[in-house]
This record gives sequence, structure tokens and C-alpha cells, in this order.
Amino acid sequence: MAAPTMDRAGTGGASPTQTLTISKALNSGLRAAMEADPKVVVMGEDIGKLGGVFRITDGLQKDFGEQRVLDTPLAESGIIGTAVGLAIRGYRPVCEIQFDGFIFPGFDQIVSQVAKLHYRTQGRITLPMVIRVPFGGGIGAVEHHSESPESYFAHTAGLKVVSCSNPADAYWMIQQAIACEDPVLFFEPKRRYYEKGEVDTTARPGPLFASRVLRTGTAATLVAYGPMVRTCLDAAAAAAEDGTELEVIDLRTLSPLDLAPVHESVRRTGRLVVVSEAPSESSISSEIAAKVQQECFYSLQAPVLRVTGFDTPYPPSKLEEEFLPDLDRVLHAVDRSLAW
Amino acid sequence: MSSPEQWTRPEPDAGPAATAARPTAEQVIAGLRATDEGGADLVQLLTPEGERVQHPDFDIDVTAEELRGLYRDMVLVRRVDREANALQRKGQLGIWVPLLGQEAAQIGAGRAMRPTDMAFPSYREHGIAWCRGIPPTDLLGIFRGTDHGTWDPLEKRFHPYTIVIGNQVLNAAGYAMGQKFDGAVGDDDGEATICFFGDGATSQGDVHEGFVWGAVYDAPLVFFCQNNQWAISEPTERQSRLPLYQRARGYGFPGIRVDGNDVLATLAVTRWALDECRNGNGPVLIEAFTYRMDAHTTSDDPTRYRLSDELEMWKLKDPIERVKVHLVKQQWADAAYFEGVEAEADVLAAELRDFCVAMPEPPAQRIFSGVYAEASPVLDAQRDEFLDYVSGFAGGEH
Ligand SMILES: Cc1ncc(C[n+]2csc(CCOP(=O)(O)OP(=O)(O)O)c2C)c(N)n1
Ligand SMILES: [Mg+2]
Repeated sequence: MAAPTMDRAGTGGASPTQTLTISKALNSGLRAAMEADPKVVVMGEDIGKLGGVFRITDGLQKDFGEQRVLDTPLAESGIIGTAVGLAIRGYRPVCEIQFDGFIFPGFDQIVSQVAKLHYRTQGRITLPMVIRVPFGGGIGAVEHHSESPESYFAHTAGLKVVSCSNPADAYWMIQQAIACEDPVLFFEPKRRYYEKGEVDTTARPGPLFASRVLRTGTAATLVAYGPMVRTCLDAAAAAAEDGTELEVIDLRTLSPLDLAPVHESVRRTGRLVVVSEAPSESSISSEIAAKVQQECFYSLQAPVLRVTGFDTPYPPSKLEEEFLPDLDRVLHAVDRSLAW
Repeated sequence: MSSPEQWTRPEPDAGPAATAARPTAEQVIAGLRATDEGGADLVQLLTPEGERVQHPDFDIDVTAEELRGLYRDMVLVRRVDREANALQRKGQLGIWVPLLGQEAAQIGAGRAMRPTDMAFPSYREHGIAWCRGIPPTDLLGIFRGTDHGTWDPLEKRFHPYTIVIGNQVLNAAGYAMGQKFDGAVGDDDGEATICFFGDGATSQGDVHEGFVWGAVYDAPLVFFCQNNQWAISEPTERQSRLPLYQRARGYGFPGIRVDGNDVLATLAVTRWALDECRNGNGPVLIEAFTYRMDAHTTSDDPTRYRLSDELEMWKLKDPIERVKVHLVKQQWADAAYFEGVEAEADVLAAELRDFCVAMPEPPAQRIFSGVYAEASPVLDAQRDEFLDYVSGFAGGEH
């Protein structure tokens, strides 16, 4: 089986670097994975002819056929439960959940079977499957279309959880997740789908389960993942204009967490602000705060602060600007940290 | 694609699952699905040509006034629907879920209900809301993003719209069980519950479990499935090998396929089903065979997955036109009547527009309100801190 870190042949002649949106990068990444391995099948609601409501699977059914790109009946437990069976049979299913809030009918299969079969069989069964979830708010949607449920899955042993924040990562991480021998929950920042970036389709990507420093700074460290990475980069740019240099780390992997770069950073800056759209109670942000205070206790100049969604159901969309962490709330937390 | 031979048909004349099961030669040539064929079991009282036909089991007498009322309901809800769709196009709503084409299914079912009956909608049931006495302006908040629904579900006996496909079916089953346990079922004055869902929803576990619970507890519950032939881009045959109403048999209760574009037939069948339930003979499954004439929502582009020929075929089965033709033929309504209804629709649409653009923004504390019945100190502290932050921010700007 392909290793999580993979080499790719050059595209031959033309420049290997393209400007892609996150959405197109995911589409290209899926296509590359399907070309590389005939056992990769993509399944979900409206992903065939329609190409998915976000068009992430656009054109795949036309090119790979109905047996590799399955428009499934409308049932998430069905999608995930049958993916388990397909994986046992040697396929590498990539499930699309249409929106974050619709993963819950499949929650039982994810927690009871996807997460536990390897353990129960002591490795006789592996489940190399990916569950793609467009997540987070900011698109003015109705209820159940803007949620951040990643902590439930990071809380569940047996699952790996990652989130991409830019086109290059989208392109590579989806392929690495598909190549991974463990089940991976793949959270896509839906409100950033149409943001563009450079993608080098020949460069050897770094490991999947690794955090990455995106901007170096000295005054404080910002940690985020998915859609909030852009928010933090914008906040850091704004702070720099005022002479405050913030370090920004993209977590990328939520389970297992890769906090070594965070610890290293906090030991230098002494201050940490964790930013996430998800509610704060018993969450990934709590986990980071707990681990960092344990590892960096003597380096911390201020308590770890969190800027998150509130501990309420996702509000009506007219209130999401208030609900979601934004540049101002991030900088407000930085100020509080600096003034501690 | 699968071939017709692959389809199981336990009842030879039952008609297709929806569709591709038995297309005509012309339709095959045109690449069309036979969505317009409801099959031999389809209950119909008013043909698309506006002709009144008899049915041995489900016939009703309606007066001129009643039929005019049904006509008016359908015209008004269609107008509300078109106006809301336009409001979305003008940026006044985030999204709209059109009911276009499903007016008869909803008005027929909605007018079959008694005030004491309870309804659990999905998200497209604007016509049912209308029949429950919910002002159309109350529907706007959900789609404008100012609220999750503003009516009182218990007072109106109309549950909040449910977006997670299938969830409400189990909730409805539980409510109906409660009606039974309370002794509110058993004679003609009994209560009943009706639950709405789509063809796509029939694949969800919750819906199957709802069938099981309803059956095992003899719940006074009408499962009302609007088979509008599509679940976003997926045709009904993606969900089922056999016609949806036939599923009821496997669970042990009656299943009826009604012409969902025929308001009279839908009224007759639903009234019968609710009466069965209130008398203690529930549950019943109704499949209203209809068509989604517009996009799934304003965010959807149906040209990517269906042919406009299909739409053209269904235009000939318009639910409102056939009633109008019948009213005219019977001399039950004249031009002045129809103009009056149009004028009423104009006023309703104008009210909707005016209301929509004047809707206030919700206050920030709405984020935190109503999460719990009993206060949570953690959340209260979070709210206070945030409101403090917001007020400081506002102050700084002035
Ligand atoms: C659990 C769940 N999964 C997916 C969706 C996304 N979705 C919204 S409507 C829809 C199709 C529903 O089709 P159908 O049940 O036929 O009802 P219709 O919209 O045609 O009235 C889907 C897949 C959802 N709302 N809930
Ligand atoms: Mg449908």
C-alpha cells in the first residue's frame, strides 16, 4: 500500500504549479487518487451527475463510471456502514457527507464500527476509508449547515481527524488520507472552498499528521485549523502593521494532535491563543490548552486563551458574524494575553 | 443504468417505483423517465383535464364553495412561494425551498386535518403551514436567517421545520403514541398525527424506524410522503425498487398512492387516513405522486441532472389548472371570482415583500437565549462576557 507520504511523477512539460481553489484542488486530488488506485471508490448523496452540492466530485462519475462514483440512497448510516463493508472487501471508500450537520445519522457506524473494527480484530481488519465533511459556518446557511463537529471524532479512539486550510494541502492531504491505512475524518473548510492558492502537483508533500508553522513571530502564538487559519493569518498581518509579530500554526491534524511545533513556539513566545469555530467546552481547543500548559508551564507568560464559537447550537445565520471568531476577537484575545 | 428486468414487482399492476421501471418506447428514445405514470393504483378524482372521475374507495362530495376554497388556497400558496423565491433572488432571503407543483398535495392534506390534529413537516411544507393558520411572513425568518422558526408549535399544532432528513418521522411517531396513551384515540372525535417527508427520506433509518414504531404501537399516524420524483439530483428509483406506497405492506399497514397533483383525491385519501387513525386503525402511509417543478432550492441547478422535457410533461398535470377548468365547466366560478383571487394574491405578495425587507436584525443575545429550560451558569457567564465585549467594541467606534 502507498505510504502516507508519496512521490508523484512530474506532469511532463507544462509547469507543475497551478493556481487552484480549495474546491478544485480537492477535485484534482480525488481524481489523482482514483487514477492511482482502482480500488478507490467515492460515495455520497448527489455526488455523481450533480458533482456534489459543492462540485467537489465534479466530472468524476463521467470519467470513472457509476461503480466508482456512487450516488447513494439518502442515508448517512448507509453510506458509512456500506463503506465499512467495501473496505473489508478491499476497497478504499471515500464518503462524502453533504454538510457537517448531516453526519449524525452516520455517527453510530463511525463510533461503533469504523473506529473499533481494527481494535476488535487486532488488525485483522483494516479500514482505509475517508469520510469527507464540509464543515463550519460563514456561508449564511440555514440550520445544520454550518456546524463544527470535529471534536466528537477527535474524542473517539480509532479515528484519525485532519483538516486542510489551503489548496496545496487540500490537493495532497486528500490523497494522503486515502492512502492511510486508518479511517480518516477529513474536514474541509467550506467557506474557503473558493479561495485560491498555488499547488505544485509534483512537490513531495510533508507528512499528513503534522502541524505546520505558516508564519513566524515572537509576540504570541496563534493556533488554528481549517477555516480559522485564514482568519489568524489576517489577524497576524493586521498585528504586524502595528508592530506585533504573531506566529501562526496550522494544526492540520486534530487526531493525533501534533503539538511539538506548538510547544516549541510557545516556549519562544510565552503566549498562546487557540482559535476554532467549534464550541469551547470539552473540545479540541480544550485539549490543546491542557497539553500546552502541561508541556510549557514555565514558559507561559499568560494563560492559554481560546477564541471559539459559543457553547450554543449554531445560531440563525444573521448572527453568525457575532458567533464566529473574527479578526477583531482574535486580536482582542492577543491584547489580553500581552497585557496579562 | 439498471434495466427494467432488474426491477422487482410484487404487484403486477402497481405501477413503477417512480419511473424508469416502465418507461414507454417514446420515453426511452427521448431518454426520459416515465415519471408521469402513476400506475393502476393511483387514486385520482380530478383528471389533469379537469374532469371529475369516480373512485370506488375514496370518493368525496365537495360543494362549489369548498372547491373554490381549495383553489384559492393553492393560488395563494403558489403566489407566496413565487414571491419568496423572488425575494431570495433579490438577496432578501439566504435561500428558499420552493413548493411549486406540490400545492395540491399540501392543500389536500392540510385541509383534511382537524384543528386537534398534529403535523410534523419537513422543510417544504409551506402549504401545510398555510392550512395550520401560520401567516406566510412567519416562514421568512428561517430562510432570511433571523430565526429558526417563529410560530408556537404546540399552539398551531405544527412542529418546526425539520431539515435533517427523516428525523421528524420518529418524533411524529412518539407524539402519536402519546395521543394513543392519553386515550385521545378510538372514535370519530379522536386525534391523529400526520408527518411529512420526501421520496429521498424514505431511505433514512429514522423513517423505517418510524414505520416500525407506528405499526407496533398502533399509532394514530399518517405517514405522508410527497414523492416529487427527485431528492435533489437523485431520482426516486435510486431509493427504491418498488413503488413507495407498497412499502407499507411490509410493515403491516395500508399504503395508498394518490395523485398528488389532484387536490380532491389528496383531500379524500388523507381525510380517510386521518379518520382511520383517530378511530384507532392507524397507521397509514400515503404516497402523494407529484413533481418538484422548480429547483430543489434556490441554490440548486436542476439543468445539471434532469431534462426539461420532464418538466414539460408535468406542466400538463398542473394542480391548479385542472381545478380551474373544473370550476369553469361546472359554472361554479366566473371570471370575477378568479380575478378576485388574483387580487388577493397580489395583496398577500405585497405584504410578504414589505414584511421581509423590514425585518429587524436579531440582537446578539439571541445567540444565547433558549438553549436550556433551566439556566446554565457556564453559558450565562459566556454570554455576559461576550455582550460586554460587544458593547465595548460599539463604544470604541463612536
Ligand atoms: C440527514 C440529511 N442528509 C442530507 C441532507 C441534505 N439534503 C437536503 S434535502 C435532500 C433531498 C431530500 O429529498 P426528498 O426526501 O425527496 O425531499 P424533497 O427535498 O424532494 O422534498 C438532501 C439530500 C439533509 N438535509 N439531511
Ligand atoms: Mg423528493
